[in-house]
Amino acid sequence: MNEQSNSQTGLLKRIYHFYRDGFRQMTLGRTLWKIIFIKLFIMFAVLKFFFFPDFLATNFATDKQRADYVIEQLTPSAQGYTNPVQGE
Amino acid sequence: MIENVDLGMVNWARGQFALTAMYHWLFVPLTLGLSWIIAFYHTIYVKTGSEEWKRLTKFWMKLFGINFAIGVATGIILEFEFGTNWSNYSWMVGDIFGAPLAIEGIIAFFLEATFFAVMFFGWNRVSKGFHLFATWMVAAGSSLSAVWILVANAWMQYPVGQAFNPETARFEMQNFAEVAFSPYAINKFTHATSSSMLIGALFVISISSWYLLRGRHVLMAKRSIVVAATLGLFASVFTIFNGDESAYEIAQVQPMKLAAFEGLYEGQKNAGLVAFGIINREKKVYDDRDAFSFQIHIPGMLSLMANRSFGSFVPGMKDLVYGNAEYNILGSAQKMDRGKKAVASLDAYKKAKKADDQAAADVHLATFNTYKDYLGYGYLQKPEEAVPPVALSFNAFHVMIFLGTLFPLIFIGYLYFSLKGTLVEKKWLLGFGTITYILGMIATQAGWIVAEVGRQPWTIQGLLPVTVARTNLTTGTVQTTFFMFLVLFTLLLIAEITIMVKQVNIGPEEN
Repeated sequence: MNEQSNSQTGLLKRIYHFYRDGFRQMTLGRTLWKIIFIKLFIMFAVLKFFFFPDFLATNFATDKQRADYVIEQLTPSAQGYTNPVQGE
Repeated sequence: MIENVDLGMVNWARGQFALTAMYHWLFVPLTLGLSWIIAFYHTIYVKTGSEEWKRLTKFWMKLFGINFAIGVATGIILEFEFGTNWSNYSWMVGDIFGAPLAIEGIIAFFLEATFFAVMFFGWNRVSKGFHLFATWMVAAGSSLSAVWILVANAWMQYPVGQAFNPETARFEMQNFAEVAFSPYAINKFTHATSSSMLIGALFVISISSWYLLRGRHVLMAKRSIVVAATLGLFASVFTIFNGDESAYEIAQVQPMKLAAFEGLYEGQKNAGLVAFGIINREKKVYDDRDAFSFQIHIPGMLSLMANRSFGSFVPGMKDLVYGNAEYNILGSAQKMDRGKKAVASLDAYKKAKKADDQAAADVHLATFNTYKDYLGYGYLQKPEEAVPPVALSFNAFHVMIFLGTLFPLIFIGYLYFSLKGTLVEKKWLLGFGTITYILGMIATQAGWIVAEVGRQPWTIQGLLPVTVARTNLTTGTVQTTFFMFLVLFTLLLIAEITIMVKQVNIGPEEN
């Protein structure tokens, strides 16, 4: 039991060292990771949070309300507007 | 309400989606394609034990890493846009795409987090066999991560295996296999992945040609070219074949799209494929002006492509808009009539349910089910609205076809002169070779324009036009985020090009 536990700990240690040493030895990779983190921060902490709310999740509390709203959007008399995507 | 929709918003939202998708697609095909080519380089290194192949593999791996790092997560923005700009669509297809896309994201993340690390950090630290396995898994994982998004796109063009539930306002999946293995989805996946390998091969050829022209890293460049040109040749021929299969599928399920690709207004028997043409941008589907100011066509080829038969009839845009009784083609005008019945019965069903009148609700539901396949046509105002932008579809399609035909010839040229041992002397080929990656990107972007512009005005073919799929937002809101994305993605692209150029200048690590 102890041997098994020791070998598992050893494996986890080896994996940890593998990643740690890998990251330490990076040169170009450090710059790339910085770009990735800045990009993710801009995407999730700025764009998603301030500019891209989920419209239905934000404005309605339940799925029933969301479904009713979408059905409402699908069923008015669709007259009086022109499709902007029409052919040339 | 639809009557109050700001139409400018729809076009800005479409523009924003196109911008995001096209920027995203600058990175994706290189990641998909280069990962497979690197797997072959790595395999040759493991088989030969040659340090030169190791150096070569590490070099291309580094460029792959740059592209991956800059491109990673750019596709997530598309999901933001679904929730904000396209909330009706997002709600309506949530049952079909939600879970598979989430599972795909998780699997791709774990595959990449595990094997990416081994691929990059594993040199001399894990066994050669396991290291190679990790490289192949990165290639497989990259392609797998594209499966569901392409299945989703294929479903929007050919919405099989679903039923619309008027209670929940959702398209609900009825048959998983029909969705996942629809011929349209299979073609889309094979076409996207094989063309990506082609892009990866062109990337290697462009950089290697540049090295050869400057007399730098000559051995590495020559070896890189031989493998890339071989894989690129296979990939480009395969791409032509599955592209032809895609065209056949489009002819069956989106005939309007095919007619727009070819600028075919009047249906024809033994229809010709336009080899080269200058399309008349002023031409409308309802007038008799000439469709082309100049064209050269190959007789019978469009019929062969569309129906696998030379003499067969290919419907034109006029047949599809106004109908053609001789060939039993229902026009958009007739479909609109049925679609409006579907919309009206859906409205009546909703009111009957609200009034708790189950008998009336059942009657309206039965009517809706009779006409539901034409639901989307109920939102069109004129039959001509079913025609996509013809000039853009035509030009993008022909640019893609021209370049797609050119690429195998380029690979053959590179292989021929490589085997003859005279490649370094062929400055004209090497000079042209340095720009082939740009041509590849033009072809692949044109491919997406063909796929997405050609299917307008539909978000979901025949069922949901873009004007109904959108969220009721103001134009200003979408304009703001459009320009934010333009700036963000342009900065990322500049970062990619700057870092990539620097690394190419540095070249592979010396032994």
